[in-house]
Amino acid sequence: MEDHYNSKLVIKLNEIILIQIYKIMVLIRKFEEKIIELYSEQEMRCPVHLCIGHEAIPAGVCENLNKGDVVFSNHRSHGHYIAKGGDIKRMLAEIYGKVTGCSKGRGGSMHLIDLSANFLASTPIVGGTIPLAAGAALASKMQNKSNVSVAFFGDAAVEEGTLHETLNFASLHKLPVLFVCENNLYSTQTHINERQPAREIVKVAEGHGIKAFRGDGNNAIEVYETAKNAIEHIKSGNGPVFLEFLTYRFREHCGPNEDVSLGYRTKEEILEWTKKDPIKKLGNKLLDDKIATNEELEKIEHDTGIQIEQAVSFAKESQFPKKDSMDKNVYSE
Amino acid sequence: MTKLREITYAEAIAEAISQSMEKDPSVFIIGEGVPDPKAIFGTTKGLVEKYGSDRVLDMPVSENALTGVCIGTALRGMRPIMVHQRLDFVLLAMDQIVNNSAKWHYMFGGQTSVPFVVRAVIGMGWGQGAQHSQNIQAIFTHIPGLKVVMPATPYDAKGLLISSIQDNNPVIFIEHRWLHHIRGHVPTEMYNVPIGKAEIIKDGKDITIASTSYMTIEALNATKVLEEAGVSAEIIDIRTLKPLDDSMIIDSVKKTGRLLAVDSGYYTGGFAGEIIARISEKAFEYLKVPPQRITLPDIPSPSTPALTKYYYPRHIDIIQKVCQMTGKPTSQITHLIELERKKEPQHLDVPNKEFTGPF
Repeated sequence: MEDHYNSKLVIKLNEIILIQIYKIMVLIRKFEEKIIELYSEQEMRCPVHLCIGHEAIPAGVCENLNKGDVVFSNHRSHGHYIAKGGDIKRMLAEIYGKVTGCSKGRGGSMHLIDLSANFLASTPIVGGTIPLAAGAALASKMQNKSNVSVAFFGDAAVEEGTLHETLNFASLHKLPVLFVCENNLYSTQTHINERQPAREIVKVAEGHGIKAFRGDGNNAIEVYETAKNAIEHIKSGNGPVFLEFLTYRFREHCGPNEDVSLGYRTKEEILEWTKKDPIKKLGNKLLDDKIATNEELEKIEHDTGIQIEQAVSFAKESQFPKKDSMDKNVYSE
Repeated sequence: MTKLREITYAEAIAEAISQSMEKDPSVFIIGEGVPDPKAIFGTTKGLVEKYGSDRVLDMPVSENALTGVCIGTALRGMRPIMVHQRLDFVLLAMDQIVNNSAKWHYMFGGQTSVPFVVRAVIGMGWGQGAQHSQNIQAIFTHIPGLKVVMPATPYDAKGLLISSIQDNNPVIFIEHRWLHHIRGHVPTEMYNVPIGKAEIIKDGKDITIASTSYMTIEALNATKVLEEAGVSAEIIDIRTLKPLDDSMIIDSVKKTGRLLAVDSGYYTGGFAGEIIARISEKAFEYLKVPPQRITLPDIPSPSTPALTKYYYPRHIDIIQKVCQMTGKPTSQITHLIELERKKEPQHLDVPNKEFTGPF
């Protein structure tokens, strides 16, 4: 694999973009660390699937998107929502079940939406939104629009029929859709080797006639560059692209805790991946290349912290939905 | 007076789609065989020639993902119509229909809608057996957020399909294969038959027959004989299973005191049971005799005509049940039933004597 940290491309990369990606990654991390801090209060009464360790992928991919581009996501969606520009106050309020939540308290962490950012939805049925992203792309084609549609999903979605069916259809119709597979090796507690044969995931997409690339999902610059090329390919009318990014989930499948005690993965494996922490990696790069100073990075953390505290206040102070709203919106008028 | 125009149920469907596509450029249709020469029993005839392959799409045999694709287009302002030649194939798409389309509007707080029509064909006979003619409409009525319509006449087929296409919710539009050839008056212009309204298609005073889809035709055939026998049956064609207009059934039962629910689905957990439950809850005191139902037995459809003749309830079964419920001695109508039996095809696996198969 090409080392993007040493490639000449990096030098040309706009420093502002790198700082922006870093800010988004810190925002995702700090947002979820706040969930970890407050979850035991038992006020966030819904499942949470934290993406700590994955941040480079949503941040790196979405930095390439325009506002008009649309994103669909899965159960591990906080990062995608934030990176596409979703309102964190309304996301946190949603996790708290408040009427000010992005889904008015009907969705919880697993059903996020921010139409103003064109984050069209996340849902937790594995593979469930992949065809929706292709459908949004088909609509764009029918309406002569130029936007792309992005589907984020995990490695387990490769085991679902919807993925294969959608790849077949998207390839057939050359749809403007980007498939982004975050391979973190585990589906809940089951390793990919227990679930899939020893074949590369990108070969599945290639088998459907789709261009596919594999990259280091903990290397934000590599994610950014790979997605940039993919989106240019799609926007030139060449049809879909499939990207697989290798990454690792630092926390348990669902919930705020570490889970080494469960024994399904080793302490050594976790440590090995912790060394590859995507935020530290990009932070060091920014310092080494003198793109940012320590003080500047600390300021990013500080400002992010304030932003998150404001979201916490907003979420906690917001009202719950009223009883008489329960039967509203079963049907659309 | 000029004669009213008559067309078939299948032609009425094709006309509803064509006029909807002409009026609204966001409407498109997709399904296995939609643009092919057989045109889904004629129900999509002429569409690809008129609107082109960008709006009249064939599709890979990927029911679930393509349902998701339709939902995705609906979220971006399109109005997809998806067609399944057999309702059995819809089962492959239940994940997307149930998990996504049905509750999308609710679970995101009413911010987005999924205007989406799923046309599905049910049927009976001609050896289609256990996997090509299941009448499991009741499954869809159990899902909050779905609408389920089952028109019985060409007029309602056109009007209800236009309403379904214009509705901002997922609508399961179920057609019985034995209705496609039926002729009836259908106006040439666009018109709506409202979703959620049943219709009294025959007045009567002795018993209320609440029926769905093709069983409404069997009920009509039954009442012709019953009239001769001096029994006056009122037929309510349910038309929309969900949301169910039970007020019309309640009012009718208040008048007749008897309820027979006739549905082409299975016995346990079927829609006939839902009708009886509603009336038992809301109008029990008006019932003179226990409400009854006519359904398929809890048995998968056999293929051979040797067994299907005992399997599918027909108008004679309705006649006999009504006589039982109204206290009419069956002996008084034996001769009428004998006459009816003589009119039937040799095998009871076709809609009429002219039909030579296959479906």
